[in-house]
Amino acid sequence: MQRFSAFQLFKQGLAGQAGWKPQWRSPEPKASYDAVIIGGGGHGLGAAYYLAKQHGLRNIAVVEKGWLGGGNTGRNTTIIRSNYLFGESAALYDHAVKLWEGLSRELNYNVMFSQRGVLTLAHNVHDVQVLGRHIHANRANGVDNEWLTPEEAKAFCPPLNIAANIRYPVLGGALQRRGGTARHDAVAWGYARAADALGVDILENCEVIGIRRGVGGAVEAVETTRGLIQTRKIGVSAAGHTSVVLDLAGVRLPLESYPLQALVSEPVKPVFPCVVMSNTIHAYISQSDKGELVIGAGTDIYTSYTQRGGLHISQHTLEAICELFPAFRRLKMLRNWGGIVDLTPDRSPIVGKTPVRGLYVNCGWGTGGFKATPGAAHTFAWTIAKDEPHPINAPFTLERFREGRLIDEAAAAAVAH
Amino acid sequence: MLLIACPYCGPRPELEFSHGGEAHIARPEAPADVGADDWGAYLYLRANARGLHAERWRHTHGCARFFNALRDTTTDKFLATYECGQPRPHLGEPS
Repeated sequence: MQRFSAFQLFKQGLAGQAGWKPQWRSPEPKASYDAVIIGGGGHGLGAAYYLAKQHGLRNIAVVEKGWLGGGNTGRNTTIIRSNYLFGESAALYDHAVKLWEGLSRELNYNVMFSQRGVLTLAHNVHDVQVLGRHIHANRANGVDNEWLTPEEAKAFCPPLNIAANIRYPVLGGALQRRGGTARHDAVAWGYARAADALGVDILENCEVIGIRRGVGGAVEAVETTRGLIQTRKIGVSAAGHTSVVLDLAGVRLPLESYPLQALVSEPVKPVFPCVVMSNTIHAYISQSDKGELVIGAGTDIYTSYTQRGGLHISQHTLEAICELFPAFRRLKMLRNWGGIVDLTPDRSPIVGKTPVRGLYVNCGWGTGGFKATPGAAHTFAWTIAKDEPHPINAPFTLERFREGRLIDEAAAAAVAH
Repeated sequence: MLLIACPYCGPRPELEFSHGGEAHIARPEAPADVGADDWGAYLYLRANARGLHAERWRHTHGCARFFNALRDTTTDKFLATYECGQPRPHLGEPS
């Protein structure tokens, strides 16, 4: 692997930037691998990286039906936080935040993780009480979160409108200072480059069309558009299309896939120093390093695989943004898109084994999978390698829906998140 | 925004409706006799079909009645709407 450094940049600059090599190979599929990961987003590429790095499995392939990071990894609003209510969730998401903190160094790739703070607004008495409960629960679980008065929120985020006469006045907010954003493409590319350097084959334009099962029902091969690949272990990280992939192995899941839209404004100079979210009026916003305001909200109301949604959803989001940040009213919106998110009934993910031997699944991240990328990938790799749950992903099994041990973050936050 | 043909009121904008999830999932008649596997499947497992999907809608801000629809989840195009209690229509698709 050609390592990135200031010295390399200087050296390549003297040579007219002509010496850079491709960051990963484009190999032909081999006839068999020790493990195959389905899905070339951050979660799948990350799992391949940790399998190779920490568990010594080097004969691995990642199969991706499109291009790397073209699914939800490239379609989200890049918000990273770990201020979830329940202990199980806090452990999982904070594991991810801790990995984010060292990820650029670990991968020798600048993922532009910026801990600029995530401020969640309260607009009514109920919000104030719920956020108070979150702050205390988070602190008890070792996750930072603190209460800001409206004036303190305004000082932290100057564009915020804290006037008392707006439809949903700001009564304060919960701030997680360790939260922030990262560069989504760089996460996929960084994991891909590091995994490739450890010998992982990354197979793009390679769609899985069948999963073959042999003796005792265990997996023995995946059929792809680029040929048959023998393998004893399959890890599925296919986000919104997980139901479709697992259907090939005859496994039904408690998932429903919905469109989730996001949009960006025209780029402007730095005006927005943090991430602001509001569950009550349902919008969230940050500013990318390119200068675009990155805006998102809730899902559309119906299941779909179209990667687009209704314009009225974005309109509703922008109405909320314009009331909270009047200065943005004259900004033009540049692009609007949708991703397909897989929601579980309790809005918590499923990471672990399936009823089929050798088949593992990492799904159900719904509207908030990006933030968990390193943590999910790291614990998923453990589960694939050892055929047993990692202590952190152990509560997030498929069996919880049979046993009723739900981790109900849906009720905890009152929104899909 | 989708245009949805309520069987009772005719075509109306999506804003008037709420989505009720997958259709034709019958509640077990004697829940006490159902094991954890079947009860969990009834509550939570869904086809999540990529393609034709039979689903419930409710015309919440209209006649307030439930009905079923057949929609293609790869295009969001409605192929049929029909009253609750009627079987899923087969529109030339392989059964």
